[in-house]
Amino acid sequence: MRVRFRFSKVGKVRFTSHRDVARMWERAIRRTGLPVTYSAGFAPRPQMSFGLALPTGCSSLAEYVDVELGERDASGQDTIEQDPAGLPEALTAVLPVGVRVEQAGPVAAGTGSLQEAVTCCRWALAIEGGDVADLARRVALLLESEVLRVVRERKGREVLDDLRPSVRRLWVEPDPVSWGRGPVVVLDAELATQPRGVRPTELVRALEHVGAPGNVNRRPSRRVDGSAVAGGGPEGTLVLSHACRIEQWIEQDGDRRAPLEPEGAPSGRCSARRALERAGCT
Amino acid sequence: MAREMQSLWPEIEPLLGRVSKPARYIGGEQGAVSPVHGDEAVSWLLAYPDTYEIGLPNQGLQILYEILNERHDAVAERTYAPWIDMEAEMRAAGVPLFSLENHFPAGVFDILAFNLSAELVFTNVVNLIDLAGLPVRAAERTRSETLVVAGGHCAFNPEPLADFVDCFVLGDGEEVVGEITETFAAWRRGAGPTPPGAPPASRQALLRRLSLLDGVYVPSCYEPQYRQCEDGSPVLDSLVPRYPETPSRVDKRVIADLAEWPYPRRQLVPLIEVVHDRLNVELFRGCTRGCRFCQAGMITRPVRERPAAQVEAMVAQGVARTGYDEVALTSLSSADYSGIEDVVARVMEGAECTGQLSISLPSLRVDAFTVGTAAQIQRARRTGLTFAPEGGTWRMRQVINKLITEEDLYAAVDAAFSQGWRRVKLYFLTGLPTETDEDTLGIVQLAAACVEIGRRYHPTVTVTASVGGFVPKAQTPFQWFGQDTVEELERKIRLLKEAARGVRGLSLRWHDPAATVVEGIASRGDRRIGGVIERVWRSGGTFQEWSEQFRLDRWTDALHAEGLSLEDVAYRQRGPDELLPWDHLSAGLHRDFLWQEWEEALGARGLEDCRWTPCYDCGACTGSGVEHVVASAIPPAGGSQGTGQDLTTGGRVPVRFVSRTPSGVPPVGAVGDELAVSVGERRA
Repeated sequence: MRVRFRFSKVGKVRFTSHRDVARMWERAIRRTGLPVTYSAGFAPRPQMSFGLALPTGCSSLAEYVDVELGERDASGQDTIEQDPAGLPEALTAVLPVGVRVEQAGPVAAGTGSLQEAVTCCRWALAIEGGDVADLARRVALLLESEVLRVVRERKGREVLDDLRPSVRRLWVEPDPVSWGRGPVVVLDAELATQPRGVRPTELVRALEHVGAPGNVNRRPSRRVDGSAVAGGGPEGTLVLSHACRIEQWIEQDGDRRAPLEPEGAPSGRCSARRALERAGCT
Repeated sequence: MAREMQSLWPEIEPLLGRVSKPARYIGGEQGAVSPVHGDEAVSWLLAYPDTYEIGLPNQGLQILYEILNERHDAVAERTYAPWIDMEAEMRAAGVPLFSLENHFPAGVFDILAFNLSAELVFTNVVNLIDLAGLPVRAAERTRSETLVVAGGHCAFNPEPLADFVDCFVLGDGEEVVGEITETFAAWRRGAGPTPPGAPPASRQALLRRLSLLDGVYVPSCYEPQYRQCEDGSPVLDSLVPRYPETPSRVDKRVIADLAEWPYPRRQLVPLIEVVHDRLNVELFRGCTRGCRFCQAGMITRPVRERPAAQVEAMVAQGVARTGYDEVALTSLSSADYSGIEDVVARVMEGAECTGQLSISLPSLRVDAFTVGTAAQIQRARRTGLTFAPEGGTWRMRQVINKLITEEDLYAAVDAAFSQGWRRVKLYFLTGLPTETDEDTLGIVQLAAACVEIGRRYHPTVTVTASVGGFVPKAQTPFQWFGQDTVEELERKIRLLKEAARGVRGLSLRWHDPAATVVEGIASRGDRRIGGVIERVWRSGGTFQEWSEQFRLDRWTDALHAEGLSLEDVAYRQRGPDELLPWDHLSAGLHRDFLWQEWEEALGARGLEDCRWTPCYDCGACTGSGVEHVVASAIPPAGGSQGTGQDLTTGGRVPVRFVSRTPSGVPPVGAVGDELAVSVGERRA
C-alpha cells in the first residue's frame, strides 16, 4: 500500500538539501522497522517518492513523500495493511530535529506522483531592502505587467522565459516582522509549478526589475538570501532573507486540494506571517 | 574562567545562504549532544582540520567526543574546517571559528584539540587557530587563552607544528583525555603541585604539569639546537629538556584492552553525505604485518582485537540505532581478525530479520580466500574490489615487506572476476627505496596480467592501477630514506603512462608528485618547518590536500625564505647517527629494530608477522607492558603476507644510496656496489 506523509522542515535542518532529506527518510524508515518495499536490482532502495524539491535553505510546513509499504504477491495485491495513525509520531521520533511528520494517510493505487500532480505552491517570503509601501508598489507593478522576462540556463544555453503566468497571487502583509538582522517585509505568494515553476529567488529578482521595460532579469541566484548576487535591478536590491513553503496544491478542473486531505475540521488559513514564526525564523 | 557563552547562530545563519553545502555548519546529527557548560567543567572543542565531509566520520574524534561528554568534569563539542567560501564570509562578518553543537565561538573553550590524520592539513590547523581568534604561535598565547592540543597519527612527528600547538598526545587518546581534563581543572582551581620556578596560575605551569602526563609532549619544554653540516647547512643537533622535571623521552599511550572501550556507542549520523557514510565498528587496533612503509602499522602496535561478541553487539545496536544499511568492520587489515568468517556469518544472520544490511571489509588481504569472504558479504552490490600489492615486483615487495606473491594476487583477482566483480582496483607505491625502473614497470605488468585474467570471465573488465608517490614517515624503517624528487616521481609516472598506453582495460591513476614531496616536508621536518607552514598559510595555502588548492611554488618559496630546501628536508638520506626530529618521542619501537628493518629492507629480506611466529622484540609489547590480544594463535587460512612464505632468500640490491650526511657520519645503505648509482644520478 502507498502511504503519503506530510512533514515540515524548519530551523537549522532547512540547510540540508532535498537529497539529504531523502536519505534521512530512508534511515528513519529502517529504524522504525516499517515494512517498506525495496526496489529490485543490485542496489535495492526503499521505494519512496518525494514531491517537488525544496530549495536548500528554504523551510516548509507542507512537504510530502509517498512510501510503498508491504509486499505484493504475484497478482500485485498488497499483502499487508498498515494503519497510518501512529506513523507520524513514530517517524518524527527518529527524524532529525526540525523534521516533523504532521500527517499520514493511504493513497489509492494508481494515484499520480506528487511531482506531476502538484501544480501550485504557496510561499511566505521574508524580504529585506524595502519597506511595506515600497514592496506594495512593486507588487502592484508586477501584477500589472503582461510579461516578466527572465533569462534561464537550460542545457547549457540561455533561454528567455516569461514568469508572469506563473505568479498566481501575490500580496504584502501589512506589518513587517523582525527577523535576523532586522525587520523584514512579508510577502504571501502563490506560484505555479508547471510547466516550469518559479523559484522564490526569481520572483524577488523580478520585483527588483519591475517597472523597467525591456530590462531582463539575468541569472537569478539559486539560493535563498540573494545578497551575494551583485547589482540588483534599477529599483534597488532586495534580499530574500527567507522563504517558507506553506502549502502545496493539486489543481484539477478548477478545483484545488492539498495532496493529503486535512484531518478533522478544516483549520483556518495559516498566514504568511504565522508561517514564518512557525518556521522558527522570527 | 567563566567566559561569556553566547551562541553565534544569529550571525552565522545569514551567511549560510551564500555558501556551498551550508549543512556543514549546522550540527544536529543524530548522536550529537548539546552539552551544558558549567564553570567547573573543562570544555573541549574537538577539531578536525579538513572539511566536514572528511572529518565527521573520523572514529578517533567521535570516540573522544563520547568519552569526554560522559565525564562529569568535561564537555565536548566539535568543529571542522570551514570551506574557503564560508571562511571568507566568516572573516568578512567577523564571525570566528565556532562549535557545531551550541555554535559557541572557539575562543570560549578551554581546550581546542585537533585530530592530525594527514600532514597536508597542517596549514589548516594554523588557519583554524587563527580563525578561533588565538595567536597562531603558542608562545604568544596568554594564560587565559584556549589551550591548543593535537593528537592522531601525525603527532608522531609533531615538530613542524611545534610552534603552534601547546601540547601533543601520542597514541591512544581514550585515557589521556581524562588526565588532561583533570590536570587542567586542578591548575585552574589552583590545586596540586606547581613545577619549580613557574607562577602557579601561569600558562607555563599548566604546560609543565601537562608534560608530566604519560603520552603528553609539550614542545615548549624542549630547546632545539642545530649544528652545521660539512656543506654549511644546519641539521638538528639536540632537543634539550628545559626544566628539571621534563622527561627526556615521551612514550605513546596504549589502551590494553579494546573490550573496555566499546566506543563509539552512539556513532554520529550526519545529515549530509560524508565519506565512509556507514556504521563503522572497529575490529582491532594495531597491525604486525610489518609493511615497512606503513606508519599506521608501526605506531599502533600491539594488535588488540575486540571480542567477537562485542563486535556483533556493536553492529546490532548500531544498525538499530542509526538506520544505516551498511556496516564496515574496520582495522588496518580486517581479514586478519581471528575468526573473521564466523563474525561475518553471525552478523549476516542477525541482519536477516532486518534485511538489506551490507558488510564491508576495508583493507582486504590479497588472496583468494579473502575474496571468498568478500563474496559472501557483498551479495548485493558487487561493483569493485580493491587490493594493495603496493610493489610491482616480488623483489620490491620483499623490500617493503608486503609479502604478496604474484600467485596470491592472481588467485585473488581470479576469484574476484569469477565471482562477478567487473572492476578491480590495485594500489601501488612508487618512489620506494631501491626501486628500479624494472620494479616501476612491474606495476603495469601486474595490472595488465590482471586484465587478462578478467577477460576469461568477461569481455569488458577494468583494472585500475592507482599509483601513489611514497612519502617516508617518522617511526618507520623508512624514516631514513631520501625521498624521490618531484622530477624523479614524474619520470616514473611517465614510464608508467607509456607502458600502460594501449593496454585495453587498464586505467592508470597517479597522485601529484609535488603534493607527495610536500607531504614529505611535513612528515619528516623539524621545527624549522613551522616557519614554512606559517608562510604557506599566510600566502593563502589552506586545504593543501585538495588538488585545486595546492601549489608547489608556495612551498618552495616558503622553504627558500626560511633558508631551507627540498633537498634538506625531503630528498636527503639520513644517517644512522643523525638525530631525527622525533627521536625523543616513542611509538614503542626500538630505534635499533627500525634500523635493522631498514637494513633488511635494503637486503630485500622479509620479516614474518609476529602474531603467529616468535617475538622479534620490536619494543611495542615489551616497552609498554601490553601484549597482543589475539583470539587465535593460528595464522589465517589462505596464508599470504608473511605466513608460509619463504623469507630466507634475500635478493641482491641493485641500487646503492649515496647520501649527504653530517660530517663524520659514514653513508648508509652501503650494502653493495653492484650499481653505484646515487639518488641524484638516477634522476639524471
